[in-house]
Amino acid sequence: MKRGLFLPIVSFLGFLFLYIPIVSLVIFSFNKSKLVTVWGGWSTKWYGELLNDPQILGAAWISLKIGVVSATLATVLGTIAAMVLTRFGRVRGRGLLTGMVTAPLVMPEVITGLSLLLLFVAMEATFGWPAGRGMLTIIIAHTTFCMAYVAVVVQSRLVDMDDSIEEAASDLGAKPMRVFFDITLPMIAPALISGWLLSFTLSLDDLVIASFVSGPGASTLPMVIFSKVRLGVTPEINALATLIVAVVAIGISISWFFMRKKVKT
Amino acid sequence: MTALQASTPWRKTAAFLARFGLTGRMLVIAVPMIWLLVFFLLPFLVVLKISMAEPMIARPPYSPLFVDGSIKATIGNYAYLWEDTLYINAYWSSIKIAFFSTVLALLIGYPMSYYIARTPEPKRSLLLLLIVLPFWTSFLLRVYAWIGILKTKGVLNMLLMKMGVIDQPLIIMQTDVAVYIGIVYTYLPFMILPLYANLVKLDDALLEASADLGAGPISTFFRITIPLSLPGIIAGSMLVFIPAIGEFVIPALLGGPDTLMIGKVLWNEFFSNRDWPVASAVAIAMLVLLVIPIMLLRMAQSKGGDT
Repeated sequence: MKRGLFLPIVSFLGFLFLYIPIVSLVIFSFNKSKLVTVWGGWSTKWYGELLNDPQILGAAWISLKIGVVSATLATVLGTIAAMVLTRFGRVRGRGLLTGMVTAPLVMPEVITGLSLLLLFVAMEATFGWPAGRGMLTIIIAHTTFCMAYVAVVVQSRLVDMDDSIEEAASDLGAKPMRVFFDITLPMIAPALISGWLLSFTLSLDDLVIASFVSGPGASTLPMVIFSKVRLGVTPEINALATLIVAVVAIGISISWFFMRKKVKT
Repeated sequence: MTALQASTPWRKTAAFLARFGLTGRMLVIAVPMIWLLVFFLLPFLVVLKISMAEPMIARPPYSPLFVDGSIKATIGNYAYLWEDTLYINAYWSSIKIAFFSTVLALLIGYPMSYYIARTPEPKRSLLLLLIVLPFWTSFLLRVYAWIGILKTKGVLNMLLMKMGVIDQPLIIMQTDVAVYIGIVYTYLPFMILPLYANLVKLDDALLEASADLGAGPISTFFRITIPLSLPGIIAGSMLVFIPAIGEFVIPALLGGPDTLMIGKVLWNEFFSNRDWPVASAVAIAMLVLLVIPIMLLRMAQSKGGDT
């Protein structure tokens, strides 16, 4: 029974490894002392400081706006791309589109960021758009790499889905647009929601690409966090991390709860 | 949508476009196609172009490619990358760090994936959820969390010293060890998910047959389980190796000044030295390095797809 013990122990240590950093962030966000390892008693003062920090709040607001817009655009574009790749048969340029949809997933962020910035600069020099860099350029960049994720998620749903209902609808005379909006869209809605949430998370989390394509006055939350933590451990950031973990945990629990309910009935 | 279809302007536009041979179908294809051509493919051509320009004190800070109708390109930036040991060292050091991180992630990830794949439901879904959960929290903050754990007066050293394992604090922060920990930690789920997807399909009958024919568990593992899960191993390894090569945040936060990684070099070339042509040449060199791993990944994924 050597194998019987080996696997659970390694897995337990693996999970410990994945969760220790998160747990330590949460614990130390309630530490009164500014020094990370000196326990000064429980306190919520870093949460207060966080909520009174205009730089962080401003950046969070910018990041939220960019996240919502990019995730929405990425969901629309990614869904169209997934439809073309799964439902349009052999169209010209299919291979090129497949390559361009999957490549952003494995492209190092530094390359994506640099190349988009150089494009924006060249475009501005050639025909004056986009004038300067800021939220707009970040939104374009995030939409581009997020749509790849949406396309993959929606594509796998479309492949698994039974397309006979769509065929039945078009046999009964529904135009392609009508089939899409009345039949396909409701059936792939869960994939669209997870694609949107994934894009929103990726956009909210991105430091590298945003740093390249951003301009003055458009510092996103990760950019502000990075400039703060580069100087060392900041208790305020621990508090912020705890809030993010709490939001994610609540969100996941709710979806978990609903999914379990669905399975049961 | 019905109202939109029935409305005359919509029909008129469609008829107008059809005259040029443009169907609605083509327009649908054109939307993601044009977006990706402009914002994904075109940028690479721009990078390639600028990598062959010379730095200039101007806005933008590089020399134009076309001067008076003739092409003015130089391979000077690539020659510079080749001659300056900094870039060669960064290149090798990135490959080394990415390679050993991948091996470590595989060594930890394989038993975990195997364990999860052999766990009965509903516990299995819960374990998978625990693997995916960290994805949804900020990557930057999770890497940052390691600073508090690994630094000289950090959690790990305090704990080990209190337990009497060590008398002197370990110097881990700002070394390559911290970078390894950061990369394995961040990309472990990328290793586990494709491996799990593969191992969960493993047929127990094959393992039993092997045992019936007299093979020991170790022999069965190396001759049956490992070869069958090879697509998962390759896919998982590439999903760790590829992002690790270009990683910037982890070496910047956890590594020291002498941690050389090509992503960090590109960042510094661009943001500190403001040498756009050299930064572009570094990007192209990095892309060349990634061609083989990306091809391996695609092969593994198409192989894994049909089983």
